[in-house]
Order: sequence, then structure tokens, then C-alpha cells
Amino acid sequence: MTTAINTPGAPGRDGSGQAHGLDVIDPHRIRQDFPILHQEVNGKPLVYLDNAATTQKPQSVIDAISNYYLHNNANVHRGVHTLSQRATDDYEAGREAVRRFINAPDANEVIYVRGTTEGLNLVASSYGRKYFKAGDEVIITGMEHHSNIVPWQILGKEIGIRLRVVPFNDDGELLMDEYEAMLNDRTRMVSVVHQSNALGTVNPIPEMVELAHAHGIPVMVDAAQSIPHMPVDVQALGADFLTFSGHKMYGPTGIGALWGRAELLDDMPPYQSGGEMIRSVTFEETIYNTLPHKFEAGTPDIAGAIGLGAAVEYLESIGMERIAAYEQALLRYGTERLDGIEGVRMIGTAEEKGGVLSFYMEAAHPHDIGTILDSEGIAVRTGHHCAQPVMARYGIPATVRASLAFYNTTDDIDALVKAIDRVIEVFG
Amino acid sequence: MASDLSDLYQEILLEHNRRPRNFKTLDDPTHQADGFNPLCGDQISLQLKVGDDKVHDVGFQGHGSAISRASASLLTQAVKGATSDETMAMFDEFHKMLTEPDAELDIDLLGDLEMLAGVIAYPTRIKCAILAWHTLKAAMDGENVATTE
Repeated sequence: MTTAINTPGAPGRDGSGQAHGLDVIDPHRIRQDFPILHQEVNGKPLVYLDNAATTQKPQSVIDAISNYYLHNNANVHRGVHTLSQRATDDYEAGREAVRRFINAPDANEVIYVRGTTEGLNLVASSYGRKYFKAGDEVIITGMEHHSNIVPWQILGKEIGIRLRVVPFNDDGELLMDEYEAMLNDRTRMVSVVHQSNALGTVNPIPEMVELAHAHGIPVMVDAAQSIPHMPVDVQALGADFLTFSGHKMYGPTGIGALWGRAELLDDMPPYQSGGEMIRSVTFEETIYNTLPHKFEAGTPDIAGAIGLGAAVEYLESIGMERIAAYEQALLRYGTERLDGIEGVRMIGTAEEKGGVLSFYMEAAHPHDIGTILDSEGIAVRTGHHCAQPVMARYGIPATVRASLAFYNTTDDIDALVKAIDRVIEVFG
Repeated sequence: MASDLSDLYQEILLEHNRRPRNFKTLDDPTHQADGFNPLCGDQISLQLKVGDDKVHDVGFQGHGSAISRASASLLTQAVKGATSDETMAMFDEFHKMLTEPDAELDIDLLGDLEMLAGVIAYPTRIKCAILAWHTLKAAMDGENVATTE
């Protein structure tokens, strides 16, 4: 067998202080809250390292959803009966939990959506159609998920706006000078990812907002990958819109939130239409409902919203500062261990990054690596991560991405490293 | 679910991955098509030179996993010299091998293609193995693009 590890032993545990942060959370206690983690896959204990794709759900989230269906199922904002009142209370409690979690000034600024993709589409569609004209520009970055590229492109074809893309360096850090130079009097929106799903880079949102606001340009933030892993405070960031998905923050799929400044949301036209979003309808005219209901046409994902509220409460019970500190420590440990393997090239080495270990090996295609890792019970994502421009930037078709959560342990990283040895064994 | 890895990554398959056969472009192809697996980004360009109902030459280019690359390499070996009916019969048999467990297979027809039989135990990888064949079928049918989706 090839000896792939240059660094002997396990770095970060030598008492030199590198392990700093790993003791702020006891992951073994945390893991008790996640029933799904206690299983074998292909005869090996499951090692779940695909958290940037979706996170697992704690028992409290599962219970909140089943409690709603077991005891309180009714439509919201509709009936005068008791179940409807209970459902409405819990649904709105979820909204208040989200408001608190992101430190939004007002819960009416929190709009439930299906997820980040819908949040981005809502703003592109509603704000964009109202305010953008031919020749206007929207600035995004080179590390956006397709969901923050395509809605603007579609709008671009329709209206004739131009998409400007901020490039990044080899480490995956935005070239801020180029960003600054792109801002001009034709710029109508800056829409930027907080943490890159493919690279892990955490972008300097407050600085980007300050520069944009100096030109009177609003900023939309895709917080899908940041909000599960660090404190996200919309007022501290200074953003104008921010959106995220529930399922990446230990909540259910199919629900997420868009936060926007009330003064902006108030003047935006509805995104979809139907029930709930109206105040009064005649065949001649419709008067729209107030925020947030104006943007929530139709019966919403009530169970999802309740589950999202439970996920927020779960995260608050641990504390986002602690989660961030632990995951940063685990990221340092993982980076050192993977970096020590000959033939492994890390993709995304920004100074400021979250728990994403994206890598490429010349010897084996990411999908073959994924198959071998799966045979060892290890779940990772392989592919272009819906960020093909990022792959093109590095001249590679795909990467293997191990992404961390606070229920992961140094043992999980060690299992990953051992499985990569197996890849080298097979592919030589 | 997953059977032994060595059933999937046989040495001869890895060898085809390292040194794929007919990894080239043809000067004067009569048929060609591009194949994409949008799920994983695998991409293949296949060219054929067909005359008198016979595949005289075949070449492929592109990038993808070991499974998709070895499969394309094996495909080029299998169809070179075959008639279009024989080629389609191989397509059907190969498809059957990867999608119908316990199917009775024509081993003589499959020849070396049989070394990909282990892929059936890895449902997420079947599209990798079959991409080159869909691309071949598209080229023969006069379509220019094939996708596994």
C-alpha cells in the first residue's frame, strides 16, 4: 500500500494549541440528537460529510413537524377554529424565531420561501422587473451558485441588463479592487454569496455593502451556506436582502426565508398571486395584502415553517459562536490532514473560509473517489456543485467536497483520510 | 448494496482508463455526436466513419470518470468492424447487462464489454458507463447531442 500521509500522526492534537476550539463542543453529545447518524452504510459506520448539500435533522425538528401533523394540522390565517389558531401561532412563531436569529428589525420583513433559490428568484423577478431597464448592470461574483446566476441572466435576456462578474484569485478570494471599479451609475444591484458552496470562501459582505451603498446600490446576500455555520446578523452585515434555506441549517426541505428591508419590499410587486396575498378581490381590482403575506400566495409549507422554527431554537440552544469556533477548529484539522496527502490539491484556500474541504486528485476522477468513499460509509459530494464557472476557473471538471457540521468529529476526518488512501491504492 | 470494489474497478478496466483505446479525432467522420451527463459533468465526443454499413473507424475525446472513460474505450474496440445492426444489438445487450439484474446475457456478443457488468451494483454509476453508448446511438441516428437525463 502506498504511504500517502506525509504528516505523521494527527496534527492538531499535539498540545501546541492547534486543537484550540475543538473542545468548545462535545460532538458525541450532539450526535445523540441526530438519530440518522447512528447507522451503518455498506457495512461501515456512516460518516456524513455532505452538509453543504443538506444537513441532518435533530430529533426536536422531527418532533416539531410530526407534532403539527399529529395534533395541530389546519390551514393558517383562515379559520376561527382552535386548530387553525394553533397552526397559525406556531407558523408565526417560526417567523419570529427567524427574525430573532438574523436580528431583523421586524418579523414582517421575513418572507417564507421554498429556499434560497426561490428567495433569489423572488427578488430578481419582483424587484428586477420593476426597477431594471436596458443597459442597467447587476454585479455578482465568479463563485456564485447557479441559482444566483441564472435568474439574473433570464432577466438580462428579457430586459437587456448586463451581468458583471467579480473575479477571484487562486485562493478563492474576491478581487475587491475589481469589484470597486465595477460599481457605477448603471449598477442596480449587487447580489453576492456570503459563503461559497464550492470553495468555502467567506466574502467580506460589510465591506462590499459599504462600497455599494456609497453608490446607492442595494445588496442581496445568498446566505445559504453561511447561516448554518456562523452568526448572521442582517443589521451588522448592512444588507438589503438576505435569503437562505431551512434544510441546510438542520431544518426541513421545502422551506426557507427571504429577509428584505420593509421599505424595499413594500414597493415591490407580488411575485406570485392567489390566496393569502390579497386583501380584497373584485373582478375589477385586487388590493394586495401587507407584508409578509403579499409575497406568500397560497397555502404555505406550514409544517416546514414550524420545523424551521424548531431548527432555529436548536441552533440557539448550542450557540452560533460556539458552532463557528468548533467548525473552524475542525476545518483546520481537516485542512492539515488532507494537505498532507500527496496528490491531493485543495480547491479553495481563502484566509476566511467555512467548513468546506474541496479537493481534486489527478490520479482519480471525483466520481470514482465518491464511489470508493461511499464503499467506506463516507458521504461526500462529487461534481461541479452547481458552480460550473468555479470549476472552469480552476480548469477542472469537478471536485470532491467534504463539508462539515458541528456533529462531525476528528474521527470523521481520519476516516476520510484513510479512505483517500484506499483511492490511491486502487488508482495508484 | 455495494459489492466488493474490486468487482467494479478491475485491473483491466483501470488500464483502459489510463490508456484509452481510440482516444483520437477522425479526419473525415461520417457520424458524430457529443454526450453529456449533466449530473456529474462527464462529457464525450464520439466520431465514426461508416461506409457500406460497416464501422470502419471510431474515435472519442472528452473527460469523465474511470468508468465512463473505460466504457468509451471498450465501446470503440467493440464496434470497430461491426455492422450497424450488430452495433445496435451490442447497445441493447449492454443496456440489459446494466439495468436488468439476473438477465440472460449474450456473452459472445458482449465480449470485453462484460467487464463492466459490476456497475449494476452501483446505481449511481450506471449513467457513467452508458454515456458513450447513448452518444453512439445518437451519432448513428443522426442526432448530434446525447444526454443521460
